[in-house]
Amino acid sequence: MTTLTDSPHTSVDVQDTPRLPRRGATKHHGADVGPSRTTRVVVLSIAALFLGFPLFALGAFTVRGGLKGGVTLGHWHDLFGGELGASSGPLWTGLQNSLLLSVVTVVVMLALLVPTMILVRLHLPRLEKTLEFVCLLPLTIPAVALVVGLAPVFSVVARIFGSGSWTLAFAYVIVTLPYSYRAIQANLVAVDVVTLAEAARSLGASWTATMRDVLLPNLRRGMLAASFISIAVVLGEFTIASLLSRTNLQTALVLVSKRDPYISNIVVLMSLLFALVLLFALGRVGTQSRRSRS
Amino acid sequence: MVTSGPPLSTKAKIPGGAALGLLPFGAYVAIFLAIPTLLAVGTGFTTKSGGFTLDSVKALGDPVVVGTFWNSAWLSALTAVLGVTFGAIICYALIGMRPDGTFRNAINAISGVLAQFAGVPLAFAYIAALGLNGMVTLFLKDTWGINIYSGGTWLYQMPGLVLPYMAFQIPLMVIVFLPALEALRPQWAEANATLGGTRFTYWTRVGLPVLVPSLIGSLLLLFANAFSAYATAAALISQGSQIVPLQIRAALSSETVLGHENLAGALALGMILTMVVVMSLYSLADRRSTRWRR
Repeated sequence: MTTLTDSPHTSVDVQDTPRLPRRGATKHHGADVGPSRTTRVVVLSIAALFLGFPLFALGAFTVRGGLKGGVTLGHWHDLFGGELGASSGPLWTGLQNSLLLSVVTVVVMLALLVPTMILVRLHLPRLEKTLEFVCLLPLTIPAVALVVGLAPVFSVVARIFGSGSWTLAFAYVIVTLPYSYRAIQANLVAVDVVTLAEAARSLGASWTATMRDVLLPNLRRGMLAASFISIAVVLGEFTIASLLSRTNLQTALVLVSKRDPYISNIVVLMSLLFALVLLFALGRVGTQSRRSRS
Repeated sequence: MVTSGPPLSTKAKIPGGAALGLLPFGAYVAIFLAIPTLLAVGTGFTTKSGGFTLDSVKALGDPVVVGTFWNSAWLSALTAVLGVTFGAIICYALIGMRPDGTFRNAINAISGVLAQFAGVPLAFAYIAALGLNGMVTLFLKDTWGINIYSGGTWLYQMPGLVLPYMAFQIPLMVIVFLPALEALRPQWAEANATLGGTRFTYWTRVGLPVLVPSLIGSLLLLFANAFSAYATAAALISQGSQIVPLQIRAALSSETVLGHENLAGALALGMILTMVVVMSLYSLADRRSTRWRR
């Protein structure tokens, strides 16, 4: 007893060693094959400089004082003070369209993918490989090639649903399929839905109750991650909208940048930050689920 | 509630009924992925009036088209090799970080934004940094009198694509390669140390040989990524068709390019074929690289 209280450090050390099962941490205990501190700092600094300087230039451009030189917040003030010229009109249309597109894409994606993936996992496990293959297929078919065939399909879609820009979401669900699939699949594998479903059913729950009260709540992390990544993809999508002559955030940015590069650069900067926040939040969701599992 | 419950076993459902549940997803994928792909490839074999022709496909042998494919191939190969090299060095510098730490999460988020969602923004950023009136361009001119455009405005032509492409290739390498590096077993490093090996022998005799399939896979994935990228090039080069995606843009926006109808279809076919080959090799390498994991 006294030895323990007298030497708290030893006892902490003894407890600490087996408490480090994580791979990254154990590396330090065995043999250090990782980089030295200097190597790490030097490499990461160069990388940050190389990848960061264009973004810094982008930010610096938005506060540039034009021909007079110097630094001004005027362009930011123009954007947020409501004193916008007609030149930035397409931006608002593009932003509204992109936001609507991301909502429709997420809704259609979840409605389509979640029931299908649960069904395959529970009842058609032989089709799992096929489903994975189909869902990852858009990685192999470039959007710029797909759009050649999407043009005739969308002329039919326009006849049925009208030519509203939200209809692009039908194509965006395909573009986001690989990312959404991976996010939901990771969750499906981790929670053992088969046992959960069997337990719920053997306790007398109906299929709708099993789905609503047992399966979906357990899959909400995967669904949330899939939604986040879909939103980020849709907000950044340019290829399909541009080649089908629709207006979304990115096509509007290209249009406006030719007349008012200050405004478009400010919006680009903000959209990048927004995507960064989304992905950071996505990472948090992922880590938390991993922690709660282990 | 419980007494009126359906059969208990989850396996009791008829497979036919379960397969019926795949219908919505199957139909959706057929309409928005399979049909567009077939149409894109198929238009390469049809005339405007719908008859069969090999004329457009023969256009793939046109010196101009061959040159474009060659441009796309070397741009993709160059940025893939550079991306793999620098990306791998960055990954090495990141060894030993907690895989679920905030810093690691931030690296993931930044890499994700740059690699997947920053097509148009990257073009803007490089224009702001290296464009005719870019920050770096003006700085070099004013400070040392160096004109980086004395040899022509290369940023808006083929060579100008290399730097912006690197800005999404390196982060993609970090995303795909870091998990492979972290999956190296700490026991191997310990064994190496026990046998008197150094950090150098660990990497040359153990680390790199194990990672070769991952490196090859990453190289193929980065090649495919650059080959199918459209947004950055389109936003940077507003006219001309130096690479295949830009030539598809030209073919879509005008009826006949290079004297061929439906050239877009033939180009899409060539592009998809290339991607199928590269991605098949990738999945081979990927299977090989995950063999020793877990």
